[in-house]
Amino acid sequence: MTTPSIGQTTDVGAANAPKRIGAFRRIISTPLGLFSVIILLSIVMLGILEPVLRGHDPNTAELSAINAPPGTPGYFLGADQNGRDIWSRVLASINVSVISALIGSGVAVAIGSIFGLISGYIGKRLDGVLAWLFSLLMTFPAMILIMVLQPITGGTYQTMMALFGIFISPGIFWLVRNLVIGVKNELYVDAAKVSGLSNRRILSRHVLYVVRGPIIISAAFMATAAIGIQAGLAFLGFGSGQDANFGTMTGDAFLNIYRAPLQLLWPSLFLALMNAALVLLGNAYRDALAGPQAVAPRQKKKQSAAKLEVTKPLEAHPQSAEVSASARAELLSVRNLRVSYPNLDGTRKEVVKGTSLFIRPGEIVGLVGESGSGKSQTAFSILGLLPKQAEVSADVMNLAGDSLLQQDGKLLRRMRGSVISYIPQEPMSNLDPSFTIGSQLVEGLRASMSKKEAKETALALLARVGITDPERTFKSYPHQISGGMAQRVLIAGAVAPRPKLLIADEPTTALDVTVQAEILDLLRDLQGELGMGVLLVTHNFGVVADLCDRVLVMRDGEIVEGGHVRTIFRNPSHPYTQELISSILDEATVRTDPELVGVKEHK
Amino acid sequence: MIPFLLRRVGAGLVLITVVTAITFFLTYGANIPVARNILGPAASQEQIDILNGQLGLNRPILEQYFAWIAGVLQGDLGRSYYTSEPVVHALASRLPVTLSVVLLSAAITLTVSIWLGVVGAARGGVVDAILQGISTITFVFPAIILAIAMVYVFAISLKLVPAVGYTSFDHSPGQWFASVILPAIILSIGGIAALAAQIRGSLVDELSKDYVRTLRSRGVSERSILLKHALRNASGPGFTTFSLQFISLFGASLFIEKIFALPGYGTYGFNATMQFDLPAMLGVTLFGVGLVVVMNLVIDIASGWLNPKVRMS
Repeated sequence: MTTPSIGQTTDVGAANAPKRIGAFRRIISTPLGLFSVIILLSIVMLGILEPVLRGHDPNTAELSAINAPPGTPGYFLGADQNGRDIWSRVLASINVSVISALIGSGVAVAIGSIFGLISGYIGKRLDGVLAWLFSLLMTFPAMILIMVLQPITGGTYQTMMALFGIFISPGIFWLVRNLVIGVKNELYVDAAKVSGLSNRRILSRHVLYVVRGPIIISAAFMATAAIGIQAGLAFLGFGSGQDANFGTMTGDAFLNIYRAPLQLLWPSLFLALMNAALVLLGNAYRDALAGPQAVAPRQKKKQSAAKLEVTKPLEAHPQSAEVSASARAELLSVRNLRVSYPNLDGTRKEVVKGTSLFIRPGEIVGLVGESGSGKSQTAFSILGLLPKQAEVSADVMNLAGDSLLQQDGKLLRRMRGSVISYIPQEPMSNLDPSFTIGSQLVEGLRASMSKKEAKETALALLARVGITDPERTFKSYPHQISGGMAQRVLIAGAVAPRPKLLIADEPTTALDVTVQAEILDLLRDLQGELGMGVLLVTHNFGVVADLCDRVLVMRDGEIVEGGHVRTIFRNPSHPYTQELISSILDEATVRTDPELVGVKEHK
Repeated sequence: MIPFLLRRVGAGLVLITVVTAITFFLTYGANIPVARNILGPAASQEQIDILNGQLGLNRPILEQYFAWIAGVLQGDLGRSYYTSEPVVHALASRLPVTLSVVLLSAAITLTVSIWLGVVGAARGGVVDAILQGISTITFVFPAIILAIAMVYVFAISLKLVPAVGYTSFDHSPGQWFASVILPAIILSIGGIAALAAQIRGSLVDELSKDYVRTLRSRGVSERSILLKHALRNASGPGFTTFSLQFISLFGASLFIEKIFALPGYGTYGFNATMQFDLPAMLGVTLFGVGLVVVMNLVIDIASGWLNPKVRMS
């Protein structure tokens, strides 16, 4: 049974990181990737072939050649102020840079990945100790130590680069450790364990497979840093100043900048070429590892969700009869609402497919459906709060006599602060953690009143929604209050402007059962007091039965059934509605909706 | 907040102790022929022994270490082997130079990064491209090349600022600014790309959070959401990045000082290292780590002030 399970697990790993050959091929198949590989290999080859290609010894001064211009016989790129062959010095410098890059990034990768693997895989106390050590190392002022420890390192660039490698190893350590912890918790390592593999085998086969890519990418960037630091140290005179390297070459050329500015070009050019090739290679490798989605065509900027399109009216819709029948008395009327999101391949996915609904003043309408049915999308499109990628269209979308279509953001924002408001599902994440409850409530009220009034209003509201010590809650931060209290605060914020329409998105789902009933009572009371229309989005028919006048049942982006609560309960015509009603009794656990579609892609 | 700060001060003291101990044992324990270097090759063994005795270098290394620690606790870092100037005095007189460059650079880095990050998060597009460009340039061109190019353009060709040297603030604020602005800008370039990208990323994350939608639902303006709410919540990761950047910024300043012949820690430390002036080397290390620790403490306080959870824990 061992063999097939390994085959399987490797495939799972491959889903995260494409196969080695695949990644490399993909790099050289892009022009930039191929270009950087060629540049890098050519430069390295120049260094390797130094003894063959060089004309003179890089450190031998020739008086007759001082400041010889490029093209002088025997001095391909000319000679510097000491009469040393610049071409030979460039070749020698390439070798110094390549070795610096290898030592600097090599030491960092070796130390970082070994301890990262150990720390991430073994975990527990060892992880604590290693994590502490590496975060200490990360705060070491590396440059002071490289400078001050020069008497110890002997000033050779190799030892300085090794020291540098130690100082930058925490970068690799954290990378590997966190990746390993992630991988360790994945199912396939469990599978490998069950199938009797030793720890070492699991580490080498599966974990290394996943961490390899990110390590290579970091190493490429660390190599450029090592090359730069080595040149910088040599430029300042650290190490033996006689040896040819890009740092000393730059330093010499800098002193000679008035007489022969061209001499500064050669070391800069080769340094930049080498680093550019490394950076581009790192980026190309990152793109290759990220797989096809990273190179998917970029989505065109869609119009913002706040702006709505008017579409051609469609043929009669199941609900349109109901809509037009009571058109006059409607607080909110929506006809043929469509919401869609871009797919990665450029097509669009429609999540709300021509929904129509209305709400009369003072009426509580339940919008019921399971996760992904499009009910939250419908609610947010009325609020104009869908993510940017969402495309919204409707024939009619009127609120309290104003059309929400084709409006600029300003008017919609003003309406949001006054006519329409919103109670979210998850109370804690809907309060800004960095500001006091009071300041958040006051900010929403400030548009229409003075600061003092706003504060008094906020305190009165807090008392009204059943908070026992309004003064204290006013001064509290969100993390200091309970979820139920937070929901009361959010309700206070929503009803503060005395809105005509309140949209409540699963307002009780995230709360304890006992608190749920209290919040529903509060909503009912406030609705009666303020005479608001309410659109209550929920998956729970129990809540609907408790609170609503009318109910709309939504499934797969369409409203499948609608009518008075009693009628629907007594005689659900659609099988999906029947299913939902019968599930009231089964419902044992509290569910929450996943995040809005598209929010993840937005990141 | 107080326990949090005490923990951070403790961590800072650990860092200072560890780094100076490593430096002490590696340098004093390396058997550098200090007396021979001072007295020259003609000195007799007897003279060398006497000087070693005077400098205390013939004592066991642990004894020397504890003597150094005792000195540190009394504010005495010993005297330079060569000039006999107390190291504390030398460092104190150089502090304004290093602080000028480092703090100005930190201010530039923060201001420009926040601005780029905010505009990038709000607008995307062009700013993202600029950030990508800056970060590629800083990887491709090592700091010395950038430094030389900027010295060449701004100091030598355009003569906007002096190429080398330092003018103290008391002497002339204008000239002081001219003497430190170019080094500070060069130091900032590398950090800006990384910090701006970090701030932009955190802001985009914040803007997709639930509380932002709720604020929008109450008619709060986009400007206030971005600059007041999202930026404040995004500041945590930004500060973490910045405090790590400050360490490398300070390290790089030692080298920039040398290029611009600014009489700060970098130049002092460089000369001390070249002469094996052990007390001066240790002094630079101690003051350098101390500066990093103090700065990180300031950043911690700022970050705690902005984050009530940290402040109240």
